[in-house]
Amino acid sequence: MKLTTALMGAAAALALAPAAFAERGSDGELKIIYWQAPSIMNPYLSGGTKDIEAAALVIEPLARYDAAGNLTPWLVEDIPTVENGGVSEDLTSITWKLKDGIKWSDGTPFTSADVRFTWEYCTAEGGGCAQTEKYKDVVDVETPDELTAIVKFSTPKPFPYRPFVGGEAPVIQKAQFQDCMGPKAPECTEANFNPVGTGPFVVTDFRPNDVISLKANDNYRDPAKPAFATVTFKGGGDAMAAARSVLETGEFDYAWNPQLAPDVIAEMEAAGKGQVVAAFGTLVERIMVNLTDPNPELGEERATAKHPHPFLTDKAVRQALSMAIDRPLLVEIGYGKAGTTTCNVLPAPEVYASSANDSCLVQDIEGANKLLDEAGWVDSDGDGIRDKDGVQLSLLFQTSTNAVRQDFQALIKEWWKMIGVETELRNIDASVFFGGDPGSPDTYQKLFADVEMYANNFDGTDPEAYMANWACDEAPRPETQWQGNNMPRFCSEEYDAMVAEMAKTGDINKRAELAKKMNDMLMQEYVIIPLVYRGRVSAHSNTLGGVNMHPWDSETYNAADWYRIK
Amino acid sequence: MTRPAAHGSDPVNPSSHDPIETVADTIGEAYSRSQWWDVWRQFRHHTGAMLGLTFLLFITAAVLFGPIFWDIDPTKLDIRAKDIRPIYTAIWDSGAKVSWGHPFGTDNLGRDTMAKLMAGGRVSLAVGWTAMFLALILGTLIGVAAGYFKKLDGILMRMTDLFLALPLLPLLLVMMLLFRDPLRKAFGPEMGIFILIVVVIGVTSWMPTARIVRGDVLALKEREFVLAARSIGTSSTMMITRHLLPNVLSPIMVSATLGLANAIITESALSFLGLGFPSDFPTWGKLLFDSVDRMTQFPERVVWPGICISFTVLSVNYIGDGLRDALDPRIRGR
Repeated sequence: MKLTTALMGAAAALALAPAAFAERGSDGELKIIYWQAPSIMNPYLSGGTKDIEAAALVIEPLARYDAAGNLTPWLVEDIPTVENGGVSEDLTSITWKLKDGIKWSDGTPFTSADVRFTWEYCTAEGGGCAQTEKYKDVVDVETPDELTAIVKFSTPKPFPYRPFVGGEAPVIQKAQFQDCMGPKAPECTEANFNPVGTGPFVVTDFRPNDVISLKANDNYRDPAKPAFATVTFKGGGDAMAAARSVLETGEFDYAWNPQLAPDVIAEMEAAGKGQVVAAFGTLVERIMVNLTDPNPELGEERATAKHPHPFLTDKAVRQALSMAIDRPLLVEIGYGKAGTTTCNVLPAPEVYASSANDSCLVQDIEGANKLLDEAGWVDSDGDGIRDKDGVQLSLLFQTSTNAVRQDFQALIKEWWKMIGVETELRNIDASVFFGGDPGSPDTYQKLFADVEMYANNFDGTDPEAYMANWACDEAPRPETQWQGNNMPRFCSEEYDAMVAEMAKTGDINKRAELAKKMNDMLMQEYVIIPLVYRGRVSAHSNTLGGVNMHPWDSETYNAADWYRIK
Repeated sequence: MTRPAAHGSDPVNPSSHDPIETVADTIGEAYSRSQWWDVWRQFRHHTGAMLGLTFLLFITAAVLFGPIFWDIDPTKLDIRAKDIRPIYTAIWDSGAKVSWGHPFGTDNLGRDTMAKLMAGGRVSLAVGWTAMFLALILGTLIGVAAGYFKKLDGILMRMTDLFLALPLLPLLLVMMLLFRDPLRKAFGPEMGIFILIVVVIGVTSWMPTARIVRGDVLALKEREFVLAARSIGTSSTMMITRHLLPNVLSPIMVSATLGLANAIITESALSFLGLGFPSDFPTWGKLLFDSVDRMTQFPERVVWPGICISFTVLSVNYIGDGLRDALDPRIRGR
C-alpha cells in the first residue's frame, strides 16, 4: 500500500510539471497489448477497434474529442462553429484552418490537398471504405489554399463534425496513397501497413495479427514529444492474459479492454503493478425483446413483422420482465467499478440522459407478478409457468459466449422464474453472434430467439444516428440481407416522425429534448430493457503516466503525452 | 500357429456343438471355469485395472445416486452464499468462508459445487457411454464388412479415410446450425443437444475401431478354421457372428474403453470451448471452462472437475489395459 501511495505521489508530482525536462525518446520502450491483434494500419479498410487504435499512434484527424466529449483542435487552429464563421449559416459547409508547419513523418508538409484526398480515397468507387458514413452527404472538399479545407455538404448538417474528426476518420497522405484508390486500396500492402502519418510514432515493422514495432516520429510537431523512443504493440491472446501481463507480471505497460469480472480484476490489481481505469461513454448492456415470432416453422418469414410474437407483443409481459431484474446486483457481479445502473438506452452525454425511467433501478418481483396477474397471465396448469389461452410464457434467451454474460443469463433466468416465466438459455460464439453473416441463423441481427443480450454504443457525442436505429425501416429482414439495427423490430409512426424531425433540428436543446423523448418511448414500451451502463476499461502500469482514457475517441489518442514515471 | 484363437476346444472339428457356445455356457456353468471366469480371474490380477474399475463404479454410483442424498438443485442461485471455499480449506486457513452446507464450496453465483459435480458427471458419463456405444457399433460394422467382403473393402476404407479427415469443431458448428432447431423442437433443448453431441462424437470416432477390426478380420480370414468352416458351407452371417466376431472381441473391447475416455474428453473440450449444452446445464468440461477466470483464487473449482475427468479417463484406460491382457488367451494364466 505504501509503495502504491509513493508511486501515486510521484505521478502527481510529475503531472504537475509535465514535460518541463522531458526530451524526445528519453523514456525507452512502451509496451502495449491488445488481445485482438491489429491486421492493418488503415482505419478506412477496417472497422475493427483494434486497427483504429493502432493506427491512432501514427495517423491523426483534424479534430478530436476530449474527456468531456467536447471537440478539441488537433491538426487545425480552432474548431469551426457558426459563431466564429467556420460553419456557414445554412449549415452546408465547414471551413477547417490547418495549423502551419505540420509535417508528415517523411518530412513533407501537411496540406489541405491531403485532406481533400482522404475524402476522395474513402468515397472512391469500389474501395469498400469502412468509414463511408463519416463522409455521408459530403459533395466536395475545396482547397482554396494549402492551409484551408472547406467541406461542402449536400444537405444542411446540424452536426457537421463527422468528416476528418475522431480516430475513425484520420487524414492520410496523398503522396503515399494516390495510387491506391478504389479497388486497388487493399492491394497497397506497404502503404496500409506502414502509413506515413503526422502522429507521434512511425511503423518500423508490421506483422499482421501479431506485433507492430514503432519508433518516435522525428518530424513530430512538438520537439519534446513523444517521451518514448520505441513502441511494441503486441496483439493476440485473451482478455485474461492481457490483464495479467499488465497488472500482475508487469510485462506490458498498457492493456486494452480487460473485460473480466470485478473480483478477478481486484485480485490482479492487488499485485500492485498496475491499475484499471474506466471511462463512461454510451455503452449499455441491454436486452432486446423480439416483437416478432422466431418460430422455425415459419421458414423464410421467421422473425419478420408478418408474424407478431405470441406473447411479447403484450406490453405487460415486457414490463414485468424488466421489473423483475435487480440491476444493482448485476453491476456488482459483472462489472464492479466498470459499470453502473441505468434505465436508459441513451445514458450520455449528460444533456441527452433522461431521468423519466429511473423506477427500474429497484427490483420489483411482487409488482411484476401483480402486473402479469392483472394482464390475465396465470399459471392455470400448475407447472410453475404462467399461461394464457394455451400460450406458455416460455422464452429463449440468447447472447454471446462470455463468462460475465453467462452469469447474467443465470441470474436473470432465476428472477424470471420467480415471476412464472420459463427461460431457456443459449450462448453463441462471439464471432458468429456479432459476425453479421446473413447465412448464419445465430447472428444478433436475425434474433431467432425471444430475447437477446448484448452491449452497444455510438461513437462521438451526437446521438442522431444512434436513435435512428429504431426506425421501422431499420428492422433486419430478408430484404435487407438481415442487416439493420432495429433488433426488436419496433415500429411506431410517432417514433419515425421524431427521427425525421431530429435530422432537421440544429438547436442543441431541442435535439436533446427529442433524443430524450425517443429514449423514453423505447423505455416505456419496454422493447429494450437496459441492464448496465458500462464503462470502457483499460489497464495500465503504475509506471506509465499521462494516460487519459476517455470514451469519445481512440484510447491511444494522446500517446504523445505518455511518459515513464521514474 | 496351428491353434487359432478360438477359445477352448478344437475348432477344426466340425462337431455338432458350436465350440463357443459349448465352452461359454454348458461347461462353464458346470465347472465354474468358463472363459469369462478365466478372464475375470486374470483381470483381478491387474492392480491398475481393478483400481480403475473400482473408481469407475464409484463415480458412476456417485453421479447416479448422489443427487438422491444431496438434493440441492445444481442450478439454484444463492448470491448470499457465493464464493464459499471447500470445507477442507479451514484446515490451513481458519478465516476462510466455509460451510458444512456446501462441503465443496460454491461458485461466484452461489451454486453448490458438489451438486454441480454430480449433475455434470451424469451428463459427461452419459455422453461418454452413449457416444462410445455408437462409435463401437459403427466401427465394428464397417470394420467387419470391409475386412470380410472384398468388394466393400475399398469403398469403406476410403470412407474411413474421409471421416478421419473431418475436423470435429467445424463439423459440429455446421450440425448445430442444421439440426439444432428441429432436434430442440422434437426432444427439448437439453435432450436435443445431447443427441446432437452424442451423434457427432459417435460419427467422428468410429474410425480407429473400424481399422483395427478390419485388420484383424483380414488376418483371421486366412486361418485354417475359417477355411474349414467355409468348406462345410457356413454362410457369411454365421461366419461373422460365430467365428470372426468372437475372435476380434478383445481389440473391440479395448478400443471401446479408449473410446469412452475419448468421448468424455471430447465433450469436455466442446463444453470448454463454450459450445454445446446451454450455459446453465453443468457438465464437467463446462465447470472447468467457467472456473478458469478465477483459477488462482479458487483452485478447487478447476481441480475437482479436472480430477473427475482425468481420473475417469485414466481408470477407463486401465480397465482397457487389464481387459486386453485378460482377453488374450496366450497371456492368460501367466
